[in-house]
Amino acid sequence: MKSQFLTALRLTLTMLVLCCGIYPAIVWAAAQLAPGHGEGVQVTQNGRLVGFANVGQRFDKPEYFNSRPSAASYHADGSSGSNKGPSNPDYLKEVQARLDTFLLKNPGVQRADVPAELVTASGSGLDPDLSPQGALVQVPRVAKARGLAPEKVQALVQQQVVPSLLGPNKVNVLALNVALDALAK
Amino acid sequence: MNKELLGILVIFLTTVLLAVPLGRYLATIYRGDKSWSDFLLPFERLLYRLGGVRPEREMTWQQHLLALLAINLVWFGWAMFVLCTQGSLPLNPDHNPSMTPDQAFNTAISFLVNCNLQHYSGESGLTYFSQVFCIMFLQFVTAATGMAACVVVFNALREGAVDKLGNFYVYFVRSITRVLVPLSLLVALVIVFQGTPMTWQAKAPVVTMQGDSTFVSRGPAAAMIGIKQIGTNGGGYYGVNSAHPLENPTFLSNAVENGAIVLIPIAMALAFGYYLRRPKLGWMVFGVMTAGYLLLQLPTVYLEMHGNPAITHLGIDQSLGSLEGKEMRLGAPASALWAIQTTVTSNGSVNAMHDSLTPLSGMNAMLGMMTNAFYGGVGVGFLNFFVFIIVAVFISGLMVGRTPEFLGKKIEAREMKIAILIALLHPLLILAGTALSAHLYVGNPTEYAGWLANPGYHGFSEMLYEYTSAAANNGSGFEGLGDNTPWWNISTGVVLLLSRYLPIIGPVAIAGLLARKKYIPESAGTLRTDTGTFGVMVFFVIWIIAALAFFPALALGPLAEHFTLYAK
Repeated sequence: MKSQFLTALRLTLTMLVLCCGIYPAIVWAAAQLAPGHGEGVQVTQNGRLVGFANVGQRFDKPEYFNSRPSAASYHADGSSGSNKGPSNPDYLKEVQARLDTFLLKNPGVQRADVPAELVTASGSGLDPDLSPQGALVQVPRVAKARGLAPEKVQALVQQQVVPSLLGPNKVNVLALNVALDALAK
Repeated sequence: MNKELLGILVIFLTTVLLAVPLGRYLATIYRGDKSWSDFLLPFERLLYRLGGVRPEREMTWQQHLLALLAINLVWFGWAMFVLCTQGSLPLNPDHNPSMTPDQAFNTAISFLVNCNLQHYSGESGLTYFSQVFCIMFLQFVTAATGMAACVVVFNALREGAVDKLGNFYVYFVRSITRVLVPLSLLVALVIVFQGTPMTWQAKAPVVTMQGDSTFVSRGPAAAMIGIKQIGTNGGGYYGVNSAHPLENPTFLSNAVENGAIVLIPIAMALAFGYYLRRPKLGWMVFGVMTAGYLLLQLPTVYLEMHGNPAITHLGIDQSLGSLEGKEMRLGAPASALWAIQTTVTSNGSVNAMHDSLTPLSGMNAMLGMMTNAFYGGVGVGFLNFFVFIIVAVFISGLMVGRTPEFLGKKIEAREMKIAILIALLHPLLILAGTALSAHLYVGNPTEYAGWLANPGYHGFSEMLYEYTSAAANNGSGFEGLGDNTPWWNISTGVVLLLSRYLPIIGPVAIAGLLARKKYIPESAGTLRTDTGTFGVMVFFVIWIIAALAFFPALALGPLAEHFTLYAK
């Protein structure tokens, strides 16, 4: 019995070296060659760090393309979904309220044109993307707020659509807004 | 055909195609036959020498279990030590605190049993040291434990097996050096190039374009995500697991992480056949598992793509499916695929919030864990399935009036008692736990108001899901449940312990007992177990024992919610 535990102890130490020393060291070394060197891909605007490419951030001003509702208020050190069940009455009221607000801020947009992602919270609370429709439906508002021609803004959105071979097409909201600022100049 | 549907089909089929050669490979290395990976032999000999292992010493089934339990106890001590003191240990640039004892107990047990009930959020609840040296360590070694136990059963069932069933430590070490480390490395390398962090730097301060100040959590994530997917542990680096855009940045990373969930469980089923040199038997097991899996998967994909009817009533565009709790780069079909694959195996990682799934999708996820044998966890999934095979052999034997026997060994009262106890333990733990909690909640709804994030039927589902997940050693959750309280930490901790070790001990004991019996050569009177007919039999045994036991509970939760939601 005693030798049983001694072996267990020694084997545990050996495995700590292999699994927690050698293995992560290899991954870390490989990460030095990866985009962002394993520290996250940073996005800068005029030399200032404004975010990470894969991490969503809050956009709720009319002159920006807005990101999805977030249960984590876009705090990137505390991800969270809403965990609301599909039949929860309070939740459904919240969705209704988001829809009303959206329609108010985007006059002229029909209900049927509002994609569900703009009134539902993402899984992580940090969703960096929208569907192409989710960005396109905001074009008239953004164009008006910035005094730009809607066609020009629409063309920008289409340019920013990232097509996917087998997954959904998407638009990275941060990249889109950085491009939008550049366009406005 | 819809592009996203095609996407998930490609993910699943590719995984199965990869699992076939992997199954052959597993059989080869566990039999000790010649393999291309034999270049690792000197390295393994070094590990044996350092670990004090005598690889040539063969063990009986009791000695195997003793070795397994002893080393698990050591790991438990190590995990408790790290979690309770992490605040003062190195590699803590974000200055996160140590855990409270009840939370440390729950976390240590949870990962010790290769589960990942996480009553904490990785960003703030753990340090880089505990992520790597406690959580990731356990993700490797507990997966290898399950695989080693599974190989003991394989070995006991081979023709001519008697008492000596190989060396536990050898199976354990080989699982790590030849399977888990190389495969995890592959996954980790893909995702690190897709943008997952692998750094020791602290969280990064950012002032966003709109001027908000926030911090972006980073850390040694990629290494851990590799093994958490491959080893069916599922414990996420970040709080929201693979829904997090750094944990799972792209559709490609999602495909790889998703495939990694079921790869070894499928390969293990096939390895069973290859190991015994009866490949048809492996395919029978695979067929039954796949039929059960598809039965849960197909309706879930359909439901998630069609969205939440209560939101359809708002008159908005729900053409992309139900999106509450889902990520736009992944989409509804890929989220549905993951939700079922992670629950039929005992993985438990998520890429969408299960609490927000439509009611029947949530039910299918629960059924995956209630049956717990359609693919199942690495190693242990097959062990669960083995119990159902024994029961099915016995019932079929009675039906046709033949002595029940499996692979030339008679199944008698002792084996049956163990099998039935193990099969019934699972529903007992789930239903008793849920009933107790529901009783507590109803008795004092104000004191326990923090438990449930949703009222009514869905609230009941949250409690049912938690115990189901604990008993299946799965770890996913209806995360609206306020589960970081002493009641939930301790009660699920106990369920986790019982439902890990007994379902390992039981099948190993059955196999050990069978090995000692006299071998009866196959004849015309033998019940064939590698046929489709027997497969159908096993399938129904699983549904009758595992699924029907839960029907009343499911009727109170997800079924009731479904009918109220869709009736409007």
